[in-house]
Amino acid sequence: MAALRQAQGDIVRMTAVEIAAAVNSGKTSAAEMTDAVLAHVDAVDDRIGAFLTRLHEVARAAARRVDERVRGGEKLPLAGVPIAVKDNMCLTGTRTTAGSKILENWVAPYTCTAVQRILDAGGIPVGKANMDEFAMGSSCENSALGVTRNPYDLSRVPGGSSGGSVAAVAAYEAAIGLGSDTGGSIREPGAFCNVVGFKPTYGRVSRYGLIAFASSLDQIGPLTRTVEDAALAYEAISGHDPMDSTSIDRPVEKASTALRADLKGLRIGIVKQFVTEKLGPEIHALYQQSYRELEQLGATLIDVELPTADYGLATYYLIAPAECSSNLARFDGVRYGLRVEGADVGAMYEATRAAGFGPEVKRRILIGTYALSSGYYDAYYVKAQKARTMFANDFKRAFESCDLIASPAASSPAFQFNAKSDPYSMYMMDYYTIPMSLAGLPALSVPCGWITPEGPSTGSGQARPMPMGLQLAAPLFEEVRLLAAAHAYEQSTKHALKYAPSVCHPEVSKDPEPVEGRKS
Amino acid sequence: MTVAENVRTKYEAVIGIECHVELKTKTKMFCACENEFGGEPNTKVCPVCLALPGALPVANEEAIEHMLVAGLAFGATIPAFSKFDRKNYFYPDMPKDYQISQYDMPLTQGGIVRYWLEDGTMNECRLTRIHLEEDTGKSTHAGGGDGRIAGSTHSLIDFNRAGVPLMECVSEPDIRSADEAVGYLEALKRTFVLLGVSDVKMEEGSLRCDANVSIRPVGSKDYGTKTEIKNMNSFRSVHRAIESEIDRQIAVLESGGRIVQETRGWDESQGVTHSMRSKEQAHDYRYFPDPDLVPMEIDASRLEKVKRVIPDAHLPWNRFARYHGEYGLDVKQAAQLIDNLPLADYFDKSVEASKNPQQSMNFVLGDLSRLANETGTPVHESAVTPQSLAELIALVEGKTINSKIAKELLQRMWNGEGSPKAIVEKEGLAQTSDTGEIEKFVAEVLSSNEKAVADYKSGKTNILGFLTGQVMKASRGKANPALVQDLLKQKLS
Repeated sequence: MAALRQAQGDIVRMTAVEIAAAVNSGKTSAAEMTDAVLAHVDAVDDRIGAFLTRLHEVARAAARRVDERVRGGEKLPLAGVPIAVKDNMCLTGTRTTAGSKILENWVAPYTCTAVQRILDAGGIPVGKANMDEFAMGSSCENSALGVTRNPYDLSRVPGGSSGGSVAAVAAYEAAIGLGSDTGGSIREPGAFCNVVGFKPTYGRVSRYGLIAFASSLDQIGPLTRTVEDAALAYEAISGHDPMDSTSIDRPVEKASTALRADLKGLRIGIVKQFVTEKLGPEIHALYQQSYRELEQLGATLIDVELPTADYGLATYYLIAPAECSSNLARFDGVRYGLRVEGADVGAMYEATRAAGFGPEVKRRILIGTYALSSGYYDAYYVKAQKARTMFANDFKRAFESCDLIASPAASSPAFQFNAKSDPYSMYMMDYYTIPMSLAGLPALSVPCGWITPEGPSTGSGQARPMPMGLQLAAPLFEEVRLLAAAHAYEQSTKHALKYAPSVCHPEVSKDPEPVEGRKS
Repeated sequence: MTVAENVRTKYEAVIGIECHVELKTKTKMFCACENEFGGEPNTKVCPVCLALPGALPVANEEAIEHMLVAGLAFGATIPAFSKFDRKNYFYPDMPKDYQISQYDMPLTQGGIVRYWLEDGTMNECRLTRIHLEEDTGKSTHAGGGDGRIAGSTHSLIDFNRAGVPLMECVSEPDIRSADEAVGYLEALKRTFVLLGVSDVKMEEGSLRCDANVSIRPVGSKDYGTKTEIKNMNSFRSVHRAIESEIDRQIAVLESGGRIVQETRGWDESQGVTHSMRSKEQAHDYRYFPDPDLVPMEIDASRLEKVKRVIPDAHLPWNRFARYHGEYGLDVKQAAQLIDNLPLADYFDKSVEASKNPQQSMNFVLGDLSRLANETGTPVHESAVTPQSLAELIALVEGKTINSKIAKELLQRMWNGEGSPKAIVEKEGLAQTSDTGEIEKFVAEVLSSNEKAVADYKSGKTNILGFLTGQVMKASRGKANPALVQDLLKQKLS
């Protein structure tokens, strides 16, 4: 039994690159791979809660198709790779909820472009992953449908809004998680769960079939355990889609073969306004160490200015809610989803939306409705759009003197459930990621070390080391540069390998596993 | 509410019209669903036009092209940059609960619609703008018997129409009467049909309009308070509704009241407008640029291309000016031609070939239209081409054949016998003015109609017509009728 578990453990820890190679070469089959992953999901996910829906049948059917194609001589870039799909992406025949009661029982009749591209590339969707309702949140606590726990400490949140996808990847329930990032929803959870979280340039990945939060900011991207896997996933899902007018029609450079071993010749900007002292001495020291590591790899550190930095949250929390107030209007009980009857259609709308939306969603709809109202539109929405242009210009100027920008990916390590009682302190988690979102830049978070936060964790009562993430951002369309540098950093520092999530070893529920527990 | 004529003349109406016209395109405005009227409910739908979660719009290029064509035909300005905005409000047959429309940067700005009135005078109305948007679905209220919301138990929604491209034409308040309003609408309709941008079938709802109506004392330059009239579903009801609303407003002012700015619905059966909602209840649509769609940039070279496809000479007001003003067709005849596009094209071509508008009109609206009616073959699809008609006209004009032969020839041309000139030459049908030859026929007729000759000589000179006919018959229609008469008179005197 133990041997079997060990074998299964080895299988689920394989990276996407390894799995695809093994399946394409016939060393293993997609079916075998999928069975192992599904068994692992069934073994651990009751405690993690990464998935709102496990897709046993869908996954097995997809695996059979992949095996057939491989037998037919095809080489598939994601052959047999298990994928966690954030539940705001449609997949025909599967429940797609966006983490909301209003879509609790909605079954999508069509498939999101990014998910379809994953399927075409041989990926196996193993489950629909939990998320903050309509991707509004930074901890996954705003999901109306379930709790997702951080695999490195079950008393802590996985981050959000792509909390389920990231937890699935961290707990080896999938090799790739598809997430969506509006203001940091891929990068922050990536940082919280020792995972690479990559948001490509706005428009690189089609949004068709992604349930909209804020259309001008939403961007699908991968969560993976290695940068190489992120590059692989990115290649599969990116590229122009005629179904999305905002998707960019320009060639996608190959990232997976352009990865590099050092950072020689790269100028990396450190934003003066992103003061890490205010994050506390431990976190400050960790990021200073990360920056030194970049330098040791051959990069030149350059001070750059982002004068608008402090206006990021204010700008974001006008634009995103304004768009969401309109995007979420369609959830009205008329055609699909929850309907709570009322005396007339107006009463039905009110009852449906009152029962169907959670408090954070309502808060943002209210803010957005207000910001777009006549008399306030110029003062809020228009001004925010102008500020957004300033962010784009500031970054443009900054990138004149550097090739990449490095910063924290989140303001703290993963916090405990219910730790952020007021919305603003939750919004602050995205302080470092929002400016890049406003400017549409490609950015990622890569594990950069461990912090032992104060406060007890479940079980032992002792605090556990929690992962931290370094954010790297690049100019528009410079995904290859970004991934290449992140790969060099990851491969030389190996921060991610220091601890493994304890939940994967039921016998050991005390501390995260030391270094040998995790395979790269 | 009828107002005495002497009271009515104290006031002038000021009217602006907003017109929604469904565009004729292969697919809907933002998705690949077929754009066609009718069909089983909810069969022409997809994730996009049903606003399923995650679906995104992609703008229909054909619809944008139609907008440019329509705008340029009216001489509108096409800005280099245009965008789509969201108009936010909740309505069950509007799937996204916002309408993709255009707010402050429409595809076309300005322009002039030229139209004519029943007495043939030309008039014009400035356009404010034409913008592009999408149509809603259609609600049916069931369980109440009469189809109204009040008393119904439930509503059914058909989304087949949801997402059909719609252009909204907004006029300046240049219209002064119900007659002018209808003239303006007819010009719009004729132009859109000509350009092929819409079928403009009011009965299918592909043209719907609202009228903004106010009145002011004659001579005043200020605008009165306006009301917006909705629910008019034919040009006739537009006419009636505007008349009724003008009378209502006059009656209100005459009785010392004031007009309230409001939306009023036209009740076709009662023949009155009634209040629907006041300005205070007006929506705040929270317009903002649609982030799902990229702005449209329209460059000069594209506009040049579009301009080249606009058939200027065929635009209804240009045709009217030519037919009525130049060729002297009466208003009805001119409209008859203008409203039958293939026939008008045929007419224009035959005028071009024959240089004879009057004869062309006589044939096109006369014998050719009759033959078309009798055979069911439209004139432009018949064997009579504009060129062969011009040949026929030339034969008549050159007095080679007379009108009787011309009629016969036209029938034979219709039957496919080819060039009239060839027939005439082959069969020697050319009119003869050879006195010697005609004298033979005259002599023949006079000898075989002794009684008629006697009658003539006894003073019944109108018998001459009969005798002329007999000579024509004997000559198989070829004789020059004027010459025949002259000769007859000579012989009988």
